[in-house]
Amino acid sequence: MLTKRIIPCLDVKDGRVVKGVSFVALRDAGDPVEVATAYDREGADELCFLDITASHENRKTIFDVVERTAARVFMPVTVGGGVRTIEDIRALLNAGADKVSINTAAVQRPEFVKEAAQRFGTQCIVVAIDAKHDPDGTRWGVFTHGGRNATALDAVEWAKRMEDYGAGEILLTSMDQDGRQSGYDLGLTAAVSGTVSIPVIASGGVGTLEHLYQGFVSGKADAVLAASIFHFRTFTIPQAKAFLRERGVSVRIVSGEEDGR
Amino acid sequence: MIAIIDYGMGNLRSVSKAFEAVGHRAVVTRNTRVIDDASRVVLPGVGAFGDCMANLERYGLVQSIRKSVQSGKPFLGICLGLQLLFTESEEFGRHEGLGIIPGRVRRFAAGPAVKVPHMGWNQVTLRTDCPLFDGVGDGADWYFVHSYFVEPVDPSIIATTTTYGISFASSIWRDNVVACQFHPEKSQSVGLRLMRNFGGWL
Repeated sequence: MLTKRIIPCLDVKDGRVVKGVSFVALRDAGDPVEVATAYDREGADELCFLDITASHENRKTIFDVVERTAARVFMPVTVGGGVRTIEDIRALLNAGADKVSINTAAVQRPEFVKEAAQRFGTQCIVVAIDAKHDPDGTRWGVFTHGGRNATALDAVEWAKRMEDYGAGEILLTSMDQDGRQSGYDLGLTAAVSGTVSIPVIASGGVGTLEHLYQGFVSGKADAVLAASIFHFRTFTIPQAKAFLRERGVSVRIVSGEEDGR
Repeated sequence: MIAIIDYGMGNLRSVSKAFEAVGHRAVVTRNTRVIDDASRVVLPGVGAFGDCMANLERYGLVQSIRKSVQSGKPFLGICLGLQLLFTESEEFGRHEGLGIIPGRVRRFAAGPAVKVPHMGWNQVTLRTDCPLFDGVGDGADWYFVHSYFVEPVDPSIIATTTTYGISFASSIWRDNVVACQFHPEKSQSVGLRLMRNFGGWL
């Protein structure tokens, strides 16, 4: 049975983790590779790097982060942020990323997703959607540029269209919930997950292990993304998995078996 | 020396780094002489089937792959590198593969409980005593990401199966060829174990 995935997400700016990480065991909690290695040891199912580097010149630092991570961590890595061209994707894959996440560029030119999927395979194209409840509460609108710009798109319809264009996965962030630690937007997650037949990653708002559980059960998510609850050691990955397994969610438990190395 | 065939697609760094992590020297190459001289050959793969076949032809790698398989040296296909060995695929239309393993590559039928791609960690059931799985527990979780699966004509070459809506061949083993649908280079400790086994196989 396919297990449900838990994905820690690291915001990376100019090659350093931002928003903070407080692992005691790390020499340098600002180094994304150190943090990635720690999550690897804990049995995270995937890793996500979000490059929020402001300037184009600093883009190359994310390639260095991905390269160093790929040399030490043997698990899937997704990189998002600033992915606009086929060349961006090729460079990230060459550096060692397995998937790239496309957000603003998909809204600006949806054909880009189609071209990327045909070129690299649907499985490595993640479309990230930042969604926010309309004031009247009847739908969720799509936002771009890190949530600053509104669009006329409906999040559920947009997700379906991106699936048709070749997206292999939807990374769905609720901007209403993000940072509030009061749980995922379960209505949004369930609406998108029930509409598309590609995997959906719930993101934005997790504060407790119960929220992860609700994301899978009520939100029908295939994977959950979380940042601060893991970064600040409110909970560890093994704690999260033990909690979920006890409640009947199928998760991968990493045993103490011999490492291949 | 392990040659990892580079046909201009996907993430090859992870494959070479994983071999290095378990103490095997590996080189990423599209030089046919290097591939011919290598003691072991890996055909990795992420990408679209048709584009990948076109690239293998463009770089003149098809003959090298056939020669490697026929030479009897250990050969490992990963993900698309498994599918390319087959006769044909139905990805984005119909495409001819390398035809080394008779059989077809088919798409999963999506359903409410079967999202496509099949993405994430799933259990692998051992069907043979393929030496590449030495030290790997039956039913261990491996990382998958694919929308298509292989259907070999000869079921006796199925080394492992995995269930996703249906039971499918998650790896095959025929003589010196092992090829897997999952990604050992992304499957943490079990994956590194397989790669270590490959480096010492035959």
